[in-house]
Formats: sequence, structure tokens, C-alpha cells
Amino acid sequence: MIGFWSLCQKEILRFWKVAVQTVAAPVLTALLYLVIFGHALEGRVQVYEGVRYTSFLVPGLVMMSLLQNSFANSSSSLIQSKITGNIVFVLLSPISYLEFFAAYVVASIVRGLIVASGVLVVTVWFVDLRLQHPLWVLAFALLGAALLAILGLIAGILSDKIDQLAAFQNFVVVPLTFLSGVFYSIHSLPSTWQRLSHANPFFYMVDGFRYGFFGASDFPPGASLAIVAGFVLVVSFLNLWLLKSGYKLRH
Amino acid sequence: MRALAGVSLEVEEGEFFGLLGPNGAGKTTLINIIAGLVRADTGATRVMGADVVSDYRRARRMLGVVPQELVFDPFFTVRETLRLQSGYYGLRCNDAWIDEVMHHLDLTAKADANMRALSGGMKRRVLVAQALVHKPPVIVLDEPTAGVDVELRQGLWQFVRRMNRDGHTIVLTTHYLEEAETQCSRIAMLKDGRVAALDTTRNLLGNFSGLELRLHLDRDALPPGVPGRVLENDGANFKLRLANYRELEEALARLREAGVAIREMELHPPDLEEVFLRLTGRAS
Repeated sequence: MIGFWSLCQKEILRFWKVAVQTVAAPVLTALLYLVIFGHALEGRVQVYEGVRYTSFLVPGLVMMSLLQNSFANSSSSLIQSKITGNIVFVLLSPISYLEFFAAYVVASIVRGLIVASGVLVVTVWFVDLRLQHPLWVLAFALLGAALLAILGLIAGILSDKIDQLAAFQNFVVVPLTFLSGVFYSIHSLPSTWQRLSHANPFFYMVDGFRYGFFGASDFPPGASLAIVAGFVLVVSFLNLWLLKSGYKLRH
Repeated sequence: MRALAGVSLEVEEGEFFGLLGPNGAGKTTLINIIAGLVRADTGATRVMGADVVSDYRRARRMLGVVPQELVFDPFFTVRETLRLQSGYYGLRCNDAWIDEVMHHLDLTAKADANMRALSGGMKRRVLVAQALVHKPPVIVLDEPTAGVDVELRQGLWQFVRRMNRDGHTIVLTTHYLEEAETQCSRIAMLKDGRVAALDTTRNLLGNFSGLELRLHLDRDALPPGVPGRVLENDGANFKLRLANYRELEEALARLREAGVAIREMELHPPDLEEVFLRLTGRAS
């Protein structure tokens, strides 16, 4: 267990030492989204009865930041270690592939939660937001962060170069996040797009997370949680298989 | 591509063992297999009896590897790096040993410096310290002195020799053959992924190298019956390759009998470089 904690501590220290870039910057980005979208759409869009658009937007922004930063942490840390070669220090040690997996995922969840808390703290002053079901919020936050942390680890393993990882981020993670209902309710979409949205796992995370604040959602939260948990299990098995085989890490 | 083919060797506990060979001979591949960084298609590798695949945790705890490349984590200071590395090996509160290792490697003044701020030589010292944080009984040094200044090289060898005297087994690969010659008690020479020679340093030098005799005589011709092979001849200057000291005695006797006067003489003792070149087929 000491090996796991040490690697986890190293991963947390790694992003904390550059917190301006890894924590403050995404918080500022989320705040800018709130200011711009809030200014443009406040009063024109109402998703739930009695909920202002900016209030609706904040949980979506919190979840988006959480997901993107969980992914960024594990993926960027691993690709940097692979490219610079310092991954060798971990590979030489008796740390098992399970500990390796757990350490990267836990550290990424921590970064996701810190950024999400930061976004919530700076945006909550501008909107009327009440936490109706905190346990749902926590469950979706943890599972969402875990899913993206694991996806980040897989992307880091598969990528050999930074631009391959950037492609994964720009062409998979960002579109899935933006099309997950962060800025809108999928009920406002045409039926085809609504159906497509249901194929997007990010939708269930954002929708379920928002349910924790408003007690209302586009999809039943229990079912959303089960779907997200299912995705977490599938990608965990895939990731553990990659790590156990040593794919692109041990030759 | 097959990097190693049928390499079979055993390093004894407490040995200072050298692994030599030209670039691409398979030295680093062999070390990476021992370290678990590369998986061999067939065969078995054990460190102090622990299989590097099936019992990898025990095998890796027994092993400290100084990688060839100058790698480092730019986010951390020297002390943080060594503390984290200790943690990877399941060690908490390892500061007393970390301080001792830093002291011996002359790193104490740089303990709180970021890795990025260190010179190449200093980074190399940290790599050595990282390999030693868990006091491994077996230490593998893959080209540890590449790009390192003379002062550090001396300090490093002093420290490694001390570790060896304390019972640590040392496996060394190096391009500096004189280092292998002075440090290693036994040497394996790899060529094209195979063991071309495996013997004590003394035997290798005795069996393969021979002697190089340089003579400046009072005439331009060698008398008949002088043993050995003439490598160079420039007027009255001769460079001879002799197999052993018996041939040296014989050569001097032939010259004396023929009444040839020796104006200058130089004898070059066995040299690992010569062994290396002959085994790798690069000798002139």
C-alpha cells in the first residue's frame, strides 16, 4: 500500500506544484463561460420551472470542468513521463499494475474534485443554487471523475506523442462534453439529436449531477448512475488489461 | 528483430561483474529484462532466486538499476525525488539513509534544488541515489559514467566499491574498458546477442590479449626465429604481438644470439580493449 500512496502522492504533488495552470486556469475558464453564456442567454432560455438559466448552467460547468481535468491529469502525466523517460522509476519499482492504476486514477479524481470545487466556489455567488441531493452530486462527481481519469490513462498509454493525445482530447473528450447537455437540456434538441445524446455517456454524468442540485433531470438519475458505473467497469477492465500486459510501457 | 539469443550466465553474490560489448550487442536489453522493463520471449531470469516475471515484486526489491539515459522528473527536488522513490519500494521514514546516500554522492548541498536546475553530472548522481534508496543487494549500473567528469567518476567508483565490499553485487556495463578492467572481477562480453566470452578479468586478459612489444633496434631487420607477429615496421622500429611472457623471453634471447642491440624497448601489458576488439572482430 505504501507504493500506491507514494505514487498517488507524487501524482497529486505534480499537479499541485503547477496549480495556477492545473487548477486556477480551468476555474477561470468556467467563470468566463458562465459570464458569457449567462449574459447571452439569461432570460431567453428556461429549462426547469423556476430555475434561471445561469443556475441551470453552473452544475453543468462544474461537471464539465471535473471531467476535463480528471482526463487531463492522468493522460498528461503519463504521456509526459513516457516521453521524458521518467516512467522508468515507477516501472523499475515493485508497484503492481493495480496500484499503478489506482494511484493515477485517485490522483486524477482529486484534481477533478479540487477544480470542480473551485468552479462551484467562484460561480455560486452569481446564481441561486441549492444542493437538494448531495449524495447524488457526490456519486456522479466521483464516478464521472473516475471514468475520465481511466480514459485519460488509456489515452496516455496508447499515445506515443503529445499530438496523438491532443487529438484524443480535441476530437473525443471535448465534443462529448460539449454535446452532453452542459449548456442546454437535451429536451430542447430535435428528436434525432436527443436519441444521439443518449449514446453519449457524458450526458448521464451531467444530467445526474444536475439532478442533485435541482431534483429534476432529463433521465432518471438511478438509471444514469447505473449506466455511468457500467462504463467505469468496462473501461477499468480494459485499462487493467493494458497495464497487466505492459502494452506500450514494458516492451 | 532478435536482440538476444541464448544468453545464459550467472552472476555470483557479492561479485563485481562487467557486461561489455559493442553498441547493439544486447547489453541494455539484457539489463532491461533483468529489471522487468522488457519481457523476454523465452527463458527465465532470476534475481537472488526471485523470478523477474512471476515473483517480480521480490525481484525488483532486490534490484537497484541506474538507467543509461539521463532521465528525471522536473517537478521535484532531489530530496522529494528520493523520498518518492523510497515510497515506491514500500519504505517510509527513509531520511537517514537518503541523507547518507546524498552525502556519499556529494548531493547534500543540492538536496532542495529542483531536478531541472542540476547539471548533467549532478542528475547522474541522483540517478545513482535513486537506485540505492532501498538498499538493494544487487545494483545494476548501465553506463553510469557516461558524460560524467573525472571527479565524480572517482567519487562514484569509491562509493560503488564500498557498496561491493559491504556485500552488494554489482553488475556494470560501460564503454570505458579501463573502468571494467579495474573494477570488475569477472566479465561477460556480448556480441550479436550472444555471450562471446565469460571469464574472470585476469583470465580474459591472459588468454586473449597477449603482449605488445615495441622495439627500436640498431638495424632494420629482425633476426630469424623471433616469435610473434609483426604489427608495424618503420625502419628500425618494430611493433610485435606476442602471445605471452615466454615468447618475450624467447624474442629477447633470439636478439641477443644474433647480436642485435636494443636501443629502446616498451612493453604494453594485456589490455581489455584488445580482448574486446579481438572478440568483436574489430582488431586490426
